[in-house]
Amino acid sequence: MNPNKKRLRRTMMFLNVQKPGLIKDPYIYGPDSIILDLEDAVAENQKDAARFSLFHALREINYRGVERVVRINALDTPYWKEDIRCAVTGGCDGIRIPKTESPMDVKLVEDAVEYAERESGRPVGSVLIMAAIESARGVMKALDICEASERLFGIALSGGDYTKDLQTHITGTGIELMGARQNLVIAARAAGIQCFDTVYTDLDDMDGFRQDVENIHLMGFDGKSIINPRQIRIVHEIYTPSEKDIIFAEKVVREIDEKKKLGIGVFTVDGKMIDIAFYDGAKRTIALAKASGVYRGDL
Amino acid sequence: MEILKPAIAGTLESSDCQVSVEAGEGGIELELNSVVINQFGNQIRKVALETLERLGVNNVKLTIVDMGALDCTIKARIEGAVYRSQGQKEHLPWGGVIR
Repeated sequence: MNPNKKRLRRTMMFLNVQKPGLIKDPYIYGPDSIILDLEDAVAENQKDAARFSLFHALREINYRGVERVVRINALDTPYWKEDIRCAVTGGCDGIRIPKTESPMDVKLVEDAVEYAERESGRPVGSVLIMAAIESARGVMKALDICEASERLFGIALSGGDYTKDLQTHITGTGIELMGARQNLVIAARAAGIQCFDTVYTDLDDMDGFRQDVENIHLMGFDGKSIINPRQIRIVHEIYTPSEKDIIFAEKVVREIDEKKKLGIGVFTVDGKMIDIAFYDGAKRTIALAKASGVYRGDL
Repeated sequence: MEILKPAIAGTLESSDCQVSVEAGEGGIELELNSVVINQFGNQIRKVALETLERLGVNNVKLTIVDMGALDCTIKARIEGAVYRSQGQKEHLPWGGVIR
């Protein structure tokens, strides 16, 4: 398995590839990933020019460990295959497929990515894929999409197009996204991959944004697509385990390891009933604390 | 590579540059306007000439209006304009002469 498949992705920041001022130094804001966008952000008559910018940015700008995912144009356009050749040869870490509606969409992209890897001399399997779900059909096919490729590290909800397809609109409350969000998280978890929430576009409503992130964090999403650096700190803050959570997770891991040796399956930690089912969650909390740079323990 | 028709790429936004190409009169004619010409004029010229050489373009009038673009952007805009002048948008030599 590609070791980057499970990396930390709390924030995935969209950047318009056609704007050199945006793509030259986004790492200074500290997102976990950037999504270099060749699709909606780039005007139809600039698709060709955007690829040259993408290629040289990937080759020459040091993004200092920030993951570089490229959103290609949709599979019903004449652009996506050349997008993949350009992005893979440039050295991207991943490809984001827009408007994914079936496992076949993932397979098509997987084939084109592998072709580009061979053509450019990159190791086969080095480029990961994520799929954006933007329609009712995509939501209903989510599990099949999640299981379509070993390269697929995650799926993401794209709320704008999805709500249009549902004949509703983004309200800011999240009510119109409830079913899709729940469905996608369940499908991603069933397939063992990550799940990312849609963008929050009202940059004047940071309280609403915070509430939105708190909700999706509790629902089980791994992170959120974002459109502005101002949103990064809030997401990372919400996704960073508290000191209380970390101490509790350490106790759970240590106690389970200890009690296992003694043949005890169920016991209490700080008054809460604990058994083996808590082990993975506690390990995940510690891993997240480490990745967030706040872990001081020795586990 | 021959410049088949005049073409333009890029914008006048900050950190970008606008590049135009048209067929030359037997050589390379480079006109450069830059907001940082005193600090980086020579470097921009060097990048421009190297890019044209890589692409095999030796008969061109190249105009660059630079708004503080990085080298990678200057290369991208020159290549964008040259390939537009050819009308070629697919099967590009990524990693070949484009590098």
